[in-house]
Amino acid sequence: MSTPLEELFIQARAENRAVLIGYLPAGFPTQEGCIAALTAMVEGGVDAIEIGFPYSDPVMDGPVIQAAADTSLRNGTGAKEVFETLEAIAKIAPTVVMTYWNPIERYGVDRFLAQIHRVGGSGVITPDLTIEESENWIMASKAHDTNRIYVVAPSTGEERLRRVTDATSGFVYAASLMGVTGTRTSVSSGARDLVARVRSVSELPVAVGLGVSTPDQAHEVAQYADGVIVGSAFIRLLQESSSLAEGVEKVRELARELSKGLHRP
Amino acid sequence: MSQPIDSSIIGHFGPYGGRFVPEALIGALDELALAHEVALGDPEFQAELAELHRSYTGRPSIITEVKRFAEHAGGARILLKREDLNHTGSHKINNVLGQALLTKRMGKKRIIAETGAGQHGVASATAAALMGLECVVYMGEEDTKRQSLNVARMKLLGAEVIPVTQGSKTLKDAINEAMRDWVTNVETTHYLLGTVAGPHPFPTMVRDFQRIIGVEAREQCLELMGRLPDVVLACVGGGSNAIGIFHPFLDDADVRLVGFEAGGSGIETGLHAATISGGSPGVLHGTRSYVLQDANGQTVESHSISAGLDYPGVGPEHAYLHDIGRAEYRAITDAQAMHAFALLCKTEGIIPAIESAHALAGALQIGNELGPDAVLLVNLSGRGDKDVQTAADYFGIPL
Repeated sequence: MSTPLEELFIQARAENRAVLIGYLPAGFPTQEGCIAALTAMVEGGVDAIEIGFPYSDPVMDGPVIQAAADTSLRNGTGAKEVFETLEAIAKIAPTVVMTYWNPIERYGVDRFLAQIHRVGGSGVITPDLTIEESENWIMASKAHDTNRIYVVAPSTGEERLRRVTDATSGFVYAASLMGVTGTRTSVSSGARDLVARVRSVSELPVAVGLGVSTPDQAHEVAQYADGVIVGSAFIRLLQESSSLAEGVEKVRELARELSKGLHRP
Repeated sequence: MSQPIDSSIIGHFGPYGGRFVPEALIGALDELALAHEVALGDPEFQAELAELHRSYTGRPSIITEVKRFAEHAGGARILLKREDLNHTGSHKINNVLGQALLTKRMGKKRIIAETGAGQHGVASATAAALMGLECVVYMGEEDTKRQSLNVARMKLLGAEVIPVTQGSKTLKDAINEAMRDWVTNVETTHYLLGTVAGPHPFPTMVRDFQRIIGVEAREQCLELMGRLPDVVLACVGGGSNAIGIFHPFLDDADVRLVGFEAGGSGIETGLHAATISGGSPGVLHGTRSYVLQDANGQTVESHSISAGLDYPGVGPEHAYLHDIGRAEYRAITDAQAMHAFALLCKTEGIIPAIESAHALAGALQIGNELGPDAVLLVNLSGRGDKDVQTAADYFGIPL
């Protein structure tokens, strides 16, 4: 059975456009504020949502997401709040959870996936889970009809790219550059090469993340990738706004602008 | 005994160890694992390292029997392995020189390191100066204040020290920041991790570079006494000095191995860094081991008077040795450690690192349990010059 996320990529491919994926950590800026901002993203034109499970030691994240995760953890966000957010948002868009591995292991692999599936989630992005440590994860995610989304990097060699994408379902998350999350003035040229290399070993859709923040960048990436992932830019709008309402409106506006450039000629 | 442990081809120790890292680092970890494997079997590399140990570090480190101290430990014989006499003042240099040589072999020109108390940072800055490498040390902002003297030492040695202001602003966050640097600069940079934690090959590689402590000590015991010690004792933070002295004794089934973790204010208070005694299995900084964590898998802040043991994780091989019962782990409180610290100063004229004082406190316990026939080998992993300020504060000595 295919997940809502897989169906979304099939539909977008038919429409000759890329999918826009927006990210926020659960519980940021508050539990209700996060749900409001994600809802505005979807209303503004974001196709799919990635909900972060805030973690105390986010080694893949730059300062913007670190600060947001800190806020979220101080708000007391845990598994319960992540699943509540997922349940609310999965009703309006295909939604995945992105989490470092330890919170999953602590919750219990099988129990975690059962809960993702129960509340309507499509899958889980696991940035620090290597395929060598994935045996239980792969079995359990198949049992619970949940997509396993791995991150590949410009440094990932050919043979390994094949093995990682073989373990992946839903889409392949291509990290545009060697580095951590955050906005950049330009999207690394390595992204286009990496997407091409993924395509040479896999039929799966490929989405590009890390450093995509402006409509121009989203348009550029949409020309060669199946998906565009934007996180830090949304977070910054919420951090810089004087009120939640103002932040939510800015998020909606950015989603609208980003979504305009996704079609290919 | 050592066979099943070492047969872990992808860096596992039973269910522990492995790699939990971003895909971007896999290539560098593979390259490092290969370089380490090649170096292990390369006589030229081993000769170069042995010469550095001899003429730079000052190895072999001596054994000192501490009779006056031992009077307080039930009369057991207590032998100290004097890693405190190494150049830079602790066992950290053993690993740093090995990894710095590997860095050169891999053609990298820049090393980054994390440090808590500053010992590993100073050792890294030292090796970088010796070998002409660029060196950046990440240190929690809190620790840069507590250990300002070591910050100055690193700067004198030519390293750049970057205070880490994220999270708890201590060792754990310094490691996070070093990993972020590594992900970004992995092509030019080697992450010179200071302990037996982190993703494979670090736990195995750092152990191999620290094994020299136990290899020497085992021979020295046989030479001095014609027998092995009954118990080998060491303090455990990440666990590099402990695994270094334990590992060559693993096959000696009659030799007890006991690690002493930082019990802080006491495990029951929650303010401690005793990861095996008071934590649970989990993943932190790229490896599965015991972790201090809450119900959501968030790392909990550790507490210890000793900055070098103040870490909420522990090396995966220790987790395994604990689970199979080959090594025991106990917690020593700040107060117990400081009592042993003062006792060694006054009975033997040796100022130990507060980290090592945890193992000395353990010797007082175990000696009293076993009585006068027992022979205890204690790893004195570092000297206490860096701790004078902390100890003076603790004992109310005005500076």
